[in-house]
Amino acid sequence: MTGSDTILSVKNLNVHYGEFKALKNVSLDFTRNKVTALIGPSGCGKSTLLKCLNRMNDLVPEAKVEGEITFENQDIYEAGIDPAQVRLHIGMVFQKPNPFPKTIFNNVAFGLKLNGFKGDIEEVVETSLRQAALWDEVKDRLHKSAMTLSGGQQQRLCIARTLAVEPQVILMDEPASALDPIGTIAIENLMRDLADKYSIVVVTHNMQQAARVSDYTAFLMMDDDRAGYLVESGETDVIFQNPQDERTEAYITGRFG
Amino acid sequence: MNYKTTDVSSLFLLPKQKKRELREKVFEIIFFLCAALSILTTVGIIGTLVFQSIPFFQEISILEFLGGTRWSPILKPQDFGVLPLLMGTILVSVIALGFAVPIGLLIAIFLSEYAPPKLRSILKPILEILAGIPTVVYGYFALTFVTPQLQSLIPNLMIFNALSAGLVMGLMITPMICSLSEDAMMAVPQSLRNAALALGARKMEVSTKIVVPAASSGIIASCLLAFSRAIGETMLVTIAAGATPKMSINPLESIQTMTAYIVQLALGETPHGSLEYNTIFAVGLLLFIVTLFINLIGHLLIQHWKEPT
Amino acid sequence: MDSSKFNLKLNNDSKNRIVKGFIFQALLILSVAICLLGLGSLLFEILREGLPWLSWHFLTDFPSRFPEKAGIKSAIFGTIWVITFAALFIIPIGVGAAFYLEEYARKNIFSKILEINISNLAGVPSIVYGLLGLAVFVQFMNLGRSVLAGSLTLALLVLPIIIVISREAIKSVPDSHKNAAYALGASKFQVIQKIVLPQAIPGIMTGTILALSRAIGEAAPMIAISALVYITFLPTTPMDRFSVMPIQIFNWISRPQEGFKGLAAAGIIILLIILLLMNAVAVYTRNRTQKRSEE
Repeated sequence: MTGSDTILSVKNLNVHYGEFKALKNVSLDFTRNKVTALIGPSGCGKSTLLKCLNRMNDLVPEAKVEGEITFENQDIYEAGIDPAQVRLHIGMVFQKPNPFPKTIFNNVAFGLKLNGFKGDIEEVVETSLRQAALWDEVKDRLHKSAMTLSGGQQQRLCIARTLAVEPQVILMDEPASALDPIGTIAIENLMRDLADKYSIVVVTHNMQQAARVSDYTAFLMMDDDRAGYLVESGETDVIFQNPQDERTEAYITGRFG
Repeated sequence: MNYKTTDVSSLFLLPKQKKRELREKVFEIIFFLCAALSILTTVGIIGTLVFQSIPFFQEISILEFLGGTRWSPILKPQDFGVLPLLMGTILVSVIALGFAVPIGLLIAIFLSEYAPPKLRSILKPILEILAGIPTVVYGYFALTFVTPQLQSLIPNLMIFNALSAGLVMGLMITPMICSLSEDAMMAVPQSLRNAALALGARKMEVSTKIVVPAASSGIIASCLLAFSRAIGETMLVTIAAGATPKMSINPLESIQTMTAYIVQLALGETPHGSLEYNTIFAVGLLLFIVTLFINLIGHLLIQHWKEPT
Repeated sequence: MDSSKFNLKLNNDSKNRIVKGFIFQALLILSVAICLLGLGSLLFEILREGLPWLSWHFLTDFPSRFPEKAGIKSAIFGTIWVITFAALFIIPIGVGAAFYLEEYARKNIFSKILEINISNLAGVPSIVYGLLGLAVFVQFMNLGRSVLAGSLTLALLVLPIIIVISREAIKSVPDSHKNAAYALGASKFQVIQKIVLPQAIPGIMTGTILALSRAIGEAAPMIAISALVYITFLPTTPMDRFSVMPIQIFNWISRPQEGFKGLAAAGIIILLIILLLMNAVAVYTRNRTQKRSEE
């Protein structure tokens, strides 16, 4: 996949959980300011791949990551690299909305206060909430608990929270799967809007969603040894209308998965 | 035109089944009585304390009891102000909390957020052992070991003093704060920790800025219940804290707690039914009310924590 | 946030926070160490003082004014008497109450009150139970300062423990077993008797042992009931006066003469050994409960 500008590059990634090989030799480039979708059947390693991109996989005790992942030409797994710094540049939104049991304001401000932000916090909170298309709905109750929001609103709050620390890349792990159709549409629209300023990588098991939302698509599958590998990747239009690999075509036309 | 609609099936009940129904009912009543005994116990406690205190409060007004600053029911001149006992109790309990809250909380964070499973499986039983040691043993430890050790550091420490008793009591109630707080922390969903980590938080920050605040009602409840336990503790303070009621917040001196006074009088020769004797019920009533109040708030907090918002 | 062109390496701010993290971890470990040190020095002191005084004659002699001649016999017997009778009360009543709450009680406000009441009783200071026993058992029911009064008082004190644990044991019996019995026409009591009770027995035993091990260590309520600390005879009927081990230990601690310190420690060792054994049995029965529920 040749993008005009590659922001994140994965080379020969192999991931083990103890004895079990989860990802086999994955090489993939992610293009700046575009939405890249990771699709594939359950268990093929999409989430594992995503979690490696911001070193969240470090938290799994038996996880072993081999290979190279470069962000803006820096290998994020190199010795001396601070994983916490990586996560400030590569943020993550999770499948089930997980706002902190704090006020809406304090949710968004959390990352700022944590990292010693010295500027105008209120301004950044408003900007982030606007970017997440949530400002109008919550501007009058910033100091109410985040738990009073609906599922869809909570997920947009989590996105605002991530935006507040101004990452370059936003990773999304099935961000709409826990939401109702209206909430889903809101998130999908948001993804397209956010791509103007950020680079998005989204894991989804919903192919229609991938087709609607993404510019590039990567298709992963599970091999006989249960290890995930990359089958094919490219521009979304090409993948969905004219796939190179017959397995891709089989998955897309719904013959399995 | 007023007849009861009869349950049709009862028309067909054989005598054997009727007997069976009766037997079932009898068993249910027996089981119920067992459970109701607990109500009877509470009624008994309140009844005893109140009824036995009434003769006392007929002679000594509640104001004099709760407001007086001198407690000397036996030795002349007689005074019946309970504040010195209350103060002694609170002094020792506060010292105990001062030890147990930080240490218990830190150990709870360690167990919940940091310790590998093997270490947890060793530490938790050890904490249970601490919790199961009879309080006479703690009293012995305070008097014969802790006090002499402290005296070498603090020369004007009296043999009976609030500090030793308080510190050892702190050790005693630490497992209580630790295990309840740890339960509360373990109940915080992993997804919240993940969210914080994804924003660049480090482990300590996740623990202190996310987990502890989320678990706060459980943690506070644990402190309240431990406080109530400290207030109600008897043998430790009887052995190590002294038998001299005084209005003092000096932990180096000997004092007397409400519970220690009750023991002192129970072992004494005061005749039943006398004013002096009834003081144990008056003090017992005060003790009961204070601990009940703290326990109720603590349990309310636990309910609040256990119900998901 | 957008500082130097994406420097991901450790900078000053990160280093600061990492150092803070290390200090925090050190504090955590220090707390654990303080606790362990406390427990360790307690056990060490007791063993150091008490082991020299442990002997066969210590177990078989009565207390005496002379430390060298003193033994803990009356207290051990008193404890056995009181605990045995307490067990006779708490097992049926505690299990009965647990069955009522789990199998019969409907989820109404009355059962809520019952539950709140039981958990409140668990928090009442033990000396208050002593006062209750004094007024009700010793005086009102005229049982005198007897083993019976003492064991009834202890029973009330530890009843909440056995109720709570038995309830858990009963709750863990799968509904499917009960439903199968009901479908075969069994009555409620038959289901309890033949299905629930057998499966809940290990848990009930755990509860009983934990309740009794709490009761063994109680001195305060027993002092209120028995009012004696120096007993040189053995109880022969439930109406006799008595002393228990914690009271005897307390008595020895209160004496200023030199030898009694060691005697107290020796008594503590015996008490702790008994508790250790009881808790070991409780752990065993608790494991058996867990094994059951995994089947």
